Order: sequence, then C-alpha cells, then structure tokens
Amino acid sequence: MSIGHTLLGLLESGPRHGYDLKRAFDEKFGHDRPLHYGQVYSTMSRLLKNGLVEVDGVEAGGGPERKRYAITEAGITDVEAWLKQPEKPEPYLQSTLYTKVVLALLTGRSAGDLLDTQRAEHLRLMRILTDRKRRGDLSDQLICDHALFHLEADLRWLELTAARLDQLATEVRA
Amino acid sequence: MHQAYTHRVYLVRIVLPMSLGSSSGPASGPLLGASGLRKAFGSTPALDGADFALSPGEVVAVMGPSGSGKSTLLHCLAGIVRPDAGTITYDGNDVTAMNDARRSALRRRDFGFVFQFGQLVPELTCAENVALPLRLDGVRRKDADRAALHWLERLEVDSVARRRPDQISGGQGQRVAVARALVTAPRVVFADEPTGALDSLSGELVMRLFTEAARDTGAAVVLVTHETRVAAYSDREITVRDGRSRDFTLAPAGAR
Repeated sequence: MSIGHTLLGLLESGPRHGYDLKRAFDEKFGHDRPLHYGQVYSTMSRLLKNGLVEVDGVEAGGGPERKRYAITEAGITDVEAWLKQPEKPEPYLQSTLYTKVVLALLTGRSAGDLLDTQRAEHLRLMRILTDRKRRGDLSDQLICDHALFHLEADLRWLELTAARLDQLATEVRA
Repeated sequence: MHQAYTHRVYLVRIVLPMSLGSSSGPASGPLLGASGLRKAFGSTPALDGADFALSPGEVVAVMGPSGSGKSTLLHCLAGIVRPDAGTITYDGNDVTAMNDARRSALRRRDFGFVFQFGQLVPELTCAENVALPLRLDGVRRKDADRAALHWLERLEVDSVARRRPDQISGGQGQRVAVARALVTAPRVVFADEPTGALDSLSGELVMRLFTEAARDTGAAVVLVTHETRVAAYSDREITVRDGRSRDFTLAPAGAR
C-alpha cells in the first residue's frame, strides 16, 4: 500500500497534525499494522519536499509533531491520478507451494501430505478471520473477506493439484 | 433476552424428557461417534472405513470433493441410511442396532436437519413450517406458535412469518429452515450444503446466524460443505476422500 498516497488522501478533507494523521490511518487502514510515528514524519517530509503538502501552521513548542499539514493542488492531482490508476494484479507465477509439490514428487516424499497440511493451515487462518469478521463492523468484514477470498483461491488450487498429483508425478519424473 | 430465556426453558422442559437416551449415555466420549463405516450403492463404494466423532456443542465441517462420500457419511450418522458395516453410537446407544421406529424417533426428537433446498412445505406459512415439528410432537398450537416466532426472530426472519415459501428469497428460506431445525432443541443438527444454492452474501448471513444460534443453544452441528468459506464457520473439519475420513485440523495459533 502506498502510505504517501493514503496520507495525502486523508488530508483532502482538511489540514491535520502528524499525530492526527497517524490516528486516522490506524483507525481506517492500520488494523494489523499501525504506522510508526517515524514513518509518518519521514513520509510527510518527502511529500513536503515534493510540494504535495505544505505546512499550514506550527504550534508553540516546535518539533515535527507540532506541524499542521495541508494538501496542495499538486497533492490533490497526485491522489486523483493514484485512484484512477488500476493496481497491477498479482501474477502468482512464482509459487513456493508449486515448487514444494514438485520437489516432494521428485524426491519420493508424499506430496499429498504436503497439500493436506497446507490446506489445514489455510483453513486455520480462515477460521480466525471468520471469527474476527463475525465480531467486527463492516470495515472488518470487508478487509477479512478480501483475505478470505484469496485463501479460498489458494485452497481451490490445492484441491485441484491434489486431484492431479498422479498425473503431475508422471510428468515431473519423466 | 428475557423472552428468549423463557422460551428456552420451556423447550428444554418439553423436549428433553422425550429424548432417547439423553440420560443413559456415558458422561464422557463423543455425543455421536462412528467407526469403520462402509456403505456401497450397487458395486460403487461410497464409504470405505470412515470414522467420525462429534462432541456436544461442537460444529464440525465435513469436506471433500464431489462423490467422496461426505453426504453418505452424513446420512449414515443421521440414521437415514443404514451402513453395510461399522458402528454408529449416539449418546452411548448403538444406532445401527435400533429398529426403524426408534431411529425415526431419534431423528425427530434429538436431531434437526437443514438441506440445500426444497425442504419447506409450500402450502404452509413460514411460521407454520417452523411450528410443524412441535405440532407433530403434540405440542399445543399456541405454544408451538410462540416458539416458532422466537426462532424466526432469532434467525432475523420474523418479518416473513406469515408468508409462504414461494414469497420469500432463497436466503430467507434457508434461515426459516434453520429455525425449524432448531425449534425442537435438537442436540445435533445435520446440515447438507445449507448455503449451496445461495449467493455469497446470503450464504454468509445464514452461516453466521446458524452457527451463533447453535452455539447459544449448545446444539452440535455436522455441516457438509464443499465451500471453504462456509467450513470456516466450524470449530474443526474432517476431510472425506475416497470414502475415508481424516481430521487435519490444526489447533488455534495460541494453543500450539
């Protein structure tokens, strides 16, 4: 995730202090990974240098945490461009799991056991996310759903591979 | 809350004394267990030595590819199909040794069922559908209606109480079916692809309300599904492959 663009986007509704920005970010997007203050200030000084934000005011006492930042016209244009640009889909072509399956088959180990263990690990995580989703608000539900759909896609691949192990074994050992 | 509590006490009082062997079973061991189950349809084996164990109040997902034998396992466990070999015990009693009448009574009084579709009586309203199992067991209409309304509220479909099944959505229909399965205070609910005909959002709502209601009442659930997102509502999953069952469940991260 682009922290710079996200902080810029949060500034669009009005100027904020660095600690306000961190709090807003953590509340809306931080969930498992809250921002460090250091990240906020290094990002803000970069945005400042690039003319995407400006200092709107400094409270008495000095120090970077007292600065109030406002987004500039260039900053708004930058957020706009970022939102319009589609994200590159993950190609998932370098799969550790695929490599492990092939290696298991090549070395005479049980690829089926490997797939079953992976499946159980995926389901374990799905159960944790489902539980969190059940207790959470709509934001939690959407974030967990995104993760759950990806895990589900992995599981479908695991199933499909398990069903084709004999065929794959013949091919990789040929 | 207070109203729900009153109904709960009422249902337990009515239903439990009629339960088969509810006090005769051993204190420990699974509520429902099976070992070495075999079942063939003609020359095609559906189960080939499947084992199963269900603790009271536990939600267990039965997963596996199409044709793996997962529905046959559910039908055997629920006493709908008699296995060719192996044993099934419920609350310490040998289900395979029971005659048809006893198995039928067990299904009616201790078990609840939710299927993929086509389970509501089309001529009856939703409230009448939910009240039906109690009425068949001789509960007075007024009491049965009150319990039905409680369960429709619990599954958040009390607004369709007076409608007939063809006047409600698929997701609402499944929630009415869950209400009907829970109205007799069963100790085990068997659910075979309960969200199979629903879109993701309706399916999620059915599963959330279903598992929460089952957990609140202490009912155990055997959930057959091929959808992993549905299975994620369970406490544990077993996988059926080529007629054999295996438990791959990993303990929660904190317990490992």
